[in-house]
Amino acid sequence: MNTPVRRIAVAVMAMILVLLANLTYVQVVKASDYRNDPRNQRVLLAEYARKRGQISAGGQVLANSVDTGGRLQYQRRYANGPLYGPVTGYYSIIYSSSGIERAQDEVLNGSDDRLFVRRLSDLITGRDPSGGNVVLTLDPQVQRTAYEAMRQRDYVGSVVALRPDTGEVLAMVSTPSYDPGPLADPSAEVQKRAWNQLTGDPDQPLLNRAISETYPPGSTFKLVDVAAALQTGYTPDSPVTAASEMTLANTRTTLENFAGTPCGAGATATLRDALARSCNTAFAELAAALGEERLRDQAAAFGIGEADLAVPMVVAPSSIGDIADTAALQQSGIGQRDVRLTPLQNASIAATIANGGVRVAPHVVKEIQGPDLSTLDTIDPDRVGRAVPGDVAAAITEMMIAAEDRTQGTGKIRGVQIASKTGTAEHGNDPKNTPPHAWYVAFAPAQDPKVAVAVLVENGGDRSLEATGGSVAAPIGRAVIAAALGSAG
Amino acid sequence: MQSGRAIELVLLAFASVLTTGALVLVEANQEQELTRMLLYLGAAYLGLLTVAHLAVRKLAPYADPLILPCAALLNGLGLVMIHRIDLARADRAAQLGNPEPLLFAGRQVAWTAIALVLFIGVLYFVRDHRVLARYGYTCGFVGLVLLALPGLLPASISEVNGAKIWLRLSVFSIQPGEFAKVLLMVFFSALLVAKRELFQTAGRTVLGIELPRPRDLAPLLVIWGLSVGVLVLEKDLGSSLLYFGIVLVMLYAATERVSWLLIGLAFFLGGAAVAYQLFGHVRARIEVWLDPLGNFDGAGYQIGQALFGLGTGGVGGTGLGAGRPELVPFAWSDFMVSSLGEELGLIGLAAVLVIYLVLVTRGLRSALAVRDSFGKLLATGLSFSLALQVFVVIGGVTRLIPLTGLTIPFLSAGGSSLVANYVIVALLLRISNAARSPVTGRPAAPATPLAEARTELVERGGTP
Repeated sequence: MNTPVRRIAVAVMAMILVLLANLTYVQVVKASDYRNDPRNQRVLLAEYARKRGQISAGGQVLANSVDTGGRLQYQRRYANGPLYGPVTGYYSIIYSSSGIERAQDEVLNGSDDRLFVRRLSDLITGRDPSGGNVVLTLDPQVQRTAYEAMRQRDYVGSVVALRPDTGEVLAMVSTPSYDPGPLADPSAEVQKRAWNQLTGDPDQPLLNRAISETYPPGSTFKLVDVAAALQTGYTPDSPVTAASEMTLANTRTTLENFAGTPCGAGATATLRDALARSCNTAFAELAAALGEERLRDQAAAFGIGEADLAVPMVVAPSSIGDIADTAALQQSGIGQRDVRLTPLQNASIAATIANGGVRVAPHVVKEIQGPDLSTLDTIDPDRVGRAVPGDVAAAITEMMIAAEDRTQGTGKIRGVQIASKTGTAEHGNDPKNTPPHAWYVAFAPAQDPKVAVAVLVENGGDRSLEATGGSVAAPIGRAVIAAALGSAG
Repeated sequence: MQSGRAIELVLLAFASVLTTGALVLVEANQEQELTRMLLYLGAAYLGLLTVAHLAVRKLAPYADPLILPCAALLNGLGLVMIHRIDLARADRAAQLGNPEPLLFAGRQVAWTAIALVLFIGVLYFVRDHRVLARYGYTCGFVGLVLLALPGLLPASISEVNGAKIWLRLSVFSIQPGEFAKVLLMVFFSALLVAKRELFQTAGRTVLGIELPRPRDLAPLLVIWGLSVGVLVLEKDLGSSLLYFGIVLVMLYAATERVSWLLIGLAFFLGGAAVAYQLFGHVRARIEVWLDPLGNFDGAGYQIGQALFGLGTGGVGGTGLGAGRPELVPFAWSDFMVSSLGEELGLIGLAAVLVIYLVLVTRGLRSALAVRDSFGKLLATGLSFSLALQVFVVIGGVTRLIPLTGLTIPFLSAGGSSLVANYVIVALLLRISNAARSPVTGRPAAPATPLAEARTELVERGGTP
């Protein structure tokens, strides 16, 4: 019986050799494939143990990691949490991350390629590796003004302020806001309680309304109509209908001007007047006259429908929807029906007009720094393209000045010419009895724009059904402009 | 001939030192406090091993000196690794605010103690392995009952995580199949030694291979049916494969005829093809095996994570306590190998494989040296069962073969497996003791069929 036993012994050795050969294949040949597979969390988890970089803006630290010496070595701290929460986002062990914390994670955790040399020297010198820093474009003064203006009035909504020539985001506010601090707490209990409270809130404080939510733009969309019209033979003085109401093409649905008033005294009004008075009938007819294609092209030129926009947080795509027939086109022309914009997109339209028609991609990150605050990379303005010719932009500006002059609401700034457009957007299943969203898009100074803003207040703010863009949103927009010009000049 | 007991003691001490060192590394890397407690734990482990050593010295003084230290080192490494994964799981639970998970290390230490008690018990009660041959049919019957029990009992008692292989008692659970395995090997050894000639009867020669007569295929058919039964009733692919492989190899060893292997292989391929067609869980395993990373979000997650762990570990490993083995589901039992591979690297796993190889070859060496057929066959079966289990488990985790869900001997958390494997070690020691003991005062084992061997002198306990 010994011969088979010897053979079995040889077979066992062969089995072990096969296992060793296969292990060598897995742990040597394929090792780097497996190690670097994006689904392999091990490398990522090693980075959790690193000191995470800080997020700052205008010389103020918004988020940083402090060594607590505890089991989880570093704790994330957010100075002025609610003020910057929607931008910084949170960084939670249990609930992942959001905002800049997520979008710039590679920089903050130190795995970004721009930090490679630094990582290498950490390795050689044995220094504790740490992440890079992110400097934001936000202007603390403007951000605070915008946030306080919304918070004090208890408004649910958003404010975005841009620098027209660079696309830098000066303020990005979403209210109600939240404090990311408890979500980064080392105690799981604290994290869970904060998370449950925030996700249970019907006002969705974790939602960054500036970029993650789209709203019907209402009359602010008329700027897009005007831009298209001025490139197809219309001038600011072209006559448009002044009727107080109209019937939508091939339907029995009537469309009326705000408060059912005619557009001035005559049978027709100038395009300039129609924009200043925000006459719905005039723009519904104008949209129908321009046709779907022109309107769609112009919207696309302003960036509406861009699907992969990131600032670097991912921005929900704005859209003018499917336009089925002329009636739909007429409604879309006044920013209703299926037209949906993010506040950032609306601010970007104002900024593009302010910038002489050249669209610059909005961005929130100004600079990437090494752990020692040395500059590794700066983000340059990205001129995406021309949305309208310069003379058209100038004409729209002039018309927006006229619109601002007719706009009610407080907070006008002495000595500063603002160009603006308001919007009062109907929404919901019963639009007449649902408080409208109030919009205000503007830039200033009109002749040499330094700031463009979009203000959105959901559901009429504190005026409910009576709300208009001018009465609710305009005062906030003007305050933000004043703050931006104050700190700019 | 030297007894080798001194070598055994030195090697056991070495195993304790290695185990303690591994524990210190884990604690250091996990930023636990390094206290003198660790030394006490190491000393306690050495104490346990010393008791086992003393028992061997008393009860099987000529036993092979390498077998027990190999088992002890693997067991110690397993304990450290289970403790290490416990730390990681507790940590994770604390971070997520979940209650502390069930810790396995303490249980495994308790099972080690139980296993060593049983180990000594086997050495004490089985003073001569040939006695076992007389209880062959009893062993076979009890083994069959144990094997079938979980499959026949309601799922509430016998099913854990989809495998119907458990007996859930009030305080703890056991896998009767682990013990059935040992009993059935005793049965098959006895049966094959008794009926050897029957199987050796010449049949027809086809293409230079002597084929057995069709009616002699009966035992093969029985074990084949048994394996399929296990597969169907208990959804236990691994055990099914294990039983079939062990019996096949024992048949080959008993008859010395390669034709059995070929026929068995044909049976296996046929059975595998049928199982693939009939059983969804078999098909799922094959699909995951072919492309684990493509199914990463589903069934391929476990093996995918294991491969990531092994790849991240690379040649040198991340170091004990410095990896993330807990990311692999069941890292402490079925996937212990990937945990070791991640933290000890290829080098560490190769060392572990060599320890297994030493253990198995020392068992086979005893089979060669022992004089009686029953002992030869039993030692061969026991040793090969360890080797096959190692091959199936490591091959499965490293994607050499489809994953079958077995635990690796001595390393994985799991009481039944540990106890059963210590019983195997005890039996191997007993057989090697017979092989290595001086022949004086001891009649040579007659190379006669078992039926006539009844009259042979069987040594009773108490006479050294």
